[in-house]
Amino acid sequence: MRKYEIMFVVRPDVADEEVERLIAQMEGVVAGAGGKIEKAERMGRRRLAYKVARQREGYYVLFVLEGSGETVKEFERRLKVTDSVIKYLTVRIDEELEKAEKYKALRAKQEARRPRSKPAAAPPAAAAAEPALG
Amino acid sequence: MNEQKTAAPPPERAGRKDAAPGGKRQYFRRRKVCKFCAEKIDLVDYKDVKLIGQFISERGKILPRRLTGTCSPHQRALTSAIKRARNIALLPFTTSA
Repeated sequence: MRKYEIMFVVRPDVADEEVERLIAQMEGVVAGAGGKIEKAERMGRRRLAYKVARQREGYYVLFVLEGSGETVKEFERRLKVTDSVIKYLTVRIDEELEKAEKYKALRAKQEARRPRSKPAAAPPAAAAAEPALG
Repeated sequence: MNEQKTAAPPPERAGRKDAAPGGKRQYFRRRKVCKFCAEKIDLVDYKDVKLIGQFISERGKILPRRLTGTCSPHQRALTSAIKRARNIALLPFTTSA
């Protein structure tokens, strides 16, 4: 199972209840396509950085889900046929999250090895700075 | 290594650290550090517009490392984050004016 983040923008002239209905509908799509929803966040109304479908604003919704490529395919197909959705973006995040986790662990290990990392790092930095100062 | 991070603009390029004797330098430029390393940001998120918006110019261009001091792994991550943000209209591709 892979983890994906799907963000989509709904037209600003769509009523809030309508947006809620769409979100509920999309949740159903994920469940129907063998995926699992981790989060469905309403990021709210924001100004768009450029005009999309002649709109200057949009209602942003973010889905974080676990599933296969098929899940995403179906999700995107549904977004495409929904007229109120003007833009969407899918990002696969499992690998990035793992990488970030790895860095975090690496740093924790480094700090554990050198608890007083600051005084140890200071001399070489000062020596390097001096010739630059003249 | 050191010069890259001090990021001298074109006029100063000629007189780098060894050429300029002490005191001749009219202004001291603070050594830039990678913001992502300093703040320990492991994942450069395209949703964090406030953060990555600092790394684009007024025209919407991605600022070079030489101006921002970002380290190369983070610049790479930042570039893809900005491109994603542009795709979903969180950041502009360009701004006229």
